[in-house]
Amino acid sequence: MSSTSITEPSAGQKWFAGALVVAYALISILPLVWIIATGFKTPSDAIAYPPKVVFEPTLEGYVNLFTTRTRQPPEVMAANPPETWYDRIVAQYDMTIVGPSRFGERFLNSVVIGFGSTFLSVFLGTFAAYAFSRFRIPAKDDLLFFILSTRMMPPIAVAIPIFLMYRAVGLSDTHAGMILLYTAVNLSLSVWLLKGFIDEIPVEYEEAALIDGYTRFQAFYKVVLPQAATGIASTAIFCLIFAWNEYAFAVLLTSGQAQTAPPFIPTIIGVGGQDWPAVAAGATLFLLPVMVFTILLRKHLLRGITFGAVRK
Amino acid sequence: MSKIAIDRPAQATPRRIARGFRGLSDRALAWIFVGPTILLLLAVNIFPLIWTIWLSFTNFRVNRPNEEVKFVGVQNYSRILSDDDIWLTMQATAHFLFWTLFLQILIGFWLAWLINRKFKGNDLWTTVIVLPMMLSPAVVGNFWTFLYQPQIGLFNYAVGFLTGADPSSFSMIADVTLAPWAIIIVDTWMWTPFVMLICLAGLRSIPDSLYEAAECDRASKWRQFWTITVPLVLPFLMLAVLFRGIENFKMFDLVVQLTGGGPGSVTELTSINLKREAFEKWRTGYSSAYAIILFVTVYGLAAIYVKALNRVKQR
Repeated sequence: MSSTSITEPSAGQKWFAGALVVAYALISILPLVWIIATGFKTPSDAIAYPPKVVFEPTLEGYVNLFTTRTRQPPEVMAANPPETWYDRIVAQYDMTIVGPSRFGERFLNSVVIGFGSTFLSVFLGTFAAYAFSRFRIPAKDDLLFFILSTRMMPPIAVAIPIFLMYRAVGLSDTHAGMILLYTAVNLSLSVWLLKGFIDEIPVEYEEAALIDGYTRFQAFYKVVLPQAATGIASTAIFCLIFAWNEYAFAVLLTSGQAQTAPPFIPTIIGVGGQDWPAVAAGATLFLLPVMVFTILLRKHLLRGITFGAVRK
Repeated sequence: MSKIAIDRPAQATPRRIARGFRGLSDRALAWIFVGPTILLLLAVNIFPLIWTIWLSFTNFRVNRPNEEVKFVGVQNYSRILSDDDIWLTMQATAHFLFWTLFLQILIGFWLAWLINRKFKGNDLWTTVIVLPMMLSPAVVGNFWTFLYQPQIGLFNYAVGFLTGADPSSFSMIADVTLAPWAIIIVDTWMWTPFVMLICLAGLRSIPDSLYEAAECDRASKWRQFWTITVPLVLPFLMLAVLFRGIENFKMFDLVVQLTGGGPGSVTELTSINLKREAFEKWRTGYSSAYAIILFVTVYGLAAIYVKALNRVKQR
């Protein structure tokens, strides 16, 4: 009998609550498990009825994701016996690999645009957040609200003039254009989150540094930044996840050059419609990094998703 | 909220000129720190917004660049507000908003309440539950069309298994009556964890002493729930509704991938409708007016709502 408080739930209550939560959790990750599993199925296993839970895993989906293939007449197949394991997988369907698919490029675009915009928005956001936290700025609350309100606009509404503007200055379908756009969208998040983190650092540290003869900038750079490191890191991850997942701007403003993975993955098609194992393989590679980051971030999650409005 | 004297910009030297970082006054530094952020937002948000406002009074079309751009006054606005189709998309959006918010609050609060029983391993399971909301809605939405396929889809199979219905007898995406629910189900699956996390923070902010006092006064559990738990979690819940409300009013990626607005236009939410007008029919002036109407609606509703939220908080 370790329970000391009358408000502590009983063991039975805990067990029952736990069972319900675990049941919900298992049902809710089922679609994610299914994505990962489908990536390792053959196309016929993927569309089997009843849905196959036990199946022989294959890398066919991954091979199809990264390559383009073409059907060959039997004499060509006989003349060129498959050499590598991926050639062999493709050869089952009387096909040969004729080149890489565009997935690699699209994924790389996501990485470049994601990291580029994250770096910029956290860099600018840190300075702005420090100023909002420590300095007197006229109409501070209005400015902060203005920064937040930029997030309320529907992306499609913003995309119309951005589309015209980018076309006029030659930024449409470029990495630089997308980085700039995502930076602007993420600034609201980074300024608000970082201001919260910096607010929590006691001013006394800086005061001591200033008395010791540091300039204001040195105090910011040598005293505040190291203390805000965790906050900056988690803000960066939130910005990265947003840029990584963004779809509306990407689908409207990019096509060939700078297209990221989210508009690309749904367009992976095989024979007679979507090639589900390849789509699932692409989705797995694309979603896994975010899952890992979510687990790393779990302590700061609430803060990030509410722009710092709720701090545990 | 003035802090300490150091915080105040040096009054005696109001316009000290930059002499490297050493000599910069706090005031100058403040503007150097904030300036780039404000400039970028002006360039990428405010300038386009003003451009949209101007376009909304013209008949400009991107796909006809040689045509003379005429100023048409409020014609675009009056056309939109009297268009029956646009009211239908507004209705679809309202239906989507109402049911997603309702289900997410209900399930999210219930989950938070269960997790707050502090059973063993609750942290681990909370993290598992949270996963869907962090993922790309477009990619996940696209995969849900696979789960929703008649016969082979996992969703249809599960429904068939539980209810005895034939899994190939219904299609969540192609059926006019089911499609609005197909998007509600996926959005609820994805975003219930968001409401849950916020509710959990609310529940954890309630001090145990309140319940202990109520227990001493022999208040029933039911009464404790309605007089302590609900009022104290309400501000958190309202915040969750604000975030989800704005997000779902703007909803685009998930639903575009799931149903593309179809079948017909039963799941054509305003953002999808707007995309069609702006980037498929290329009615730029008209869709600019549409965008402004949407923006004013979101902004207006949010402003009213925040007022109400602050009133609840102050109580």
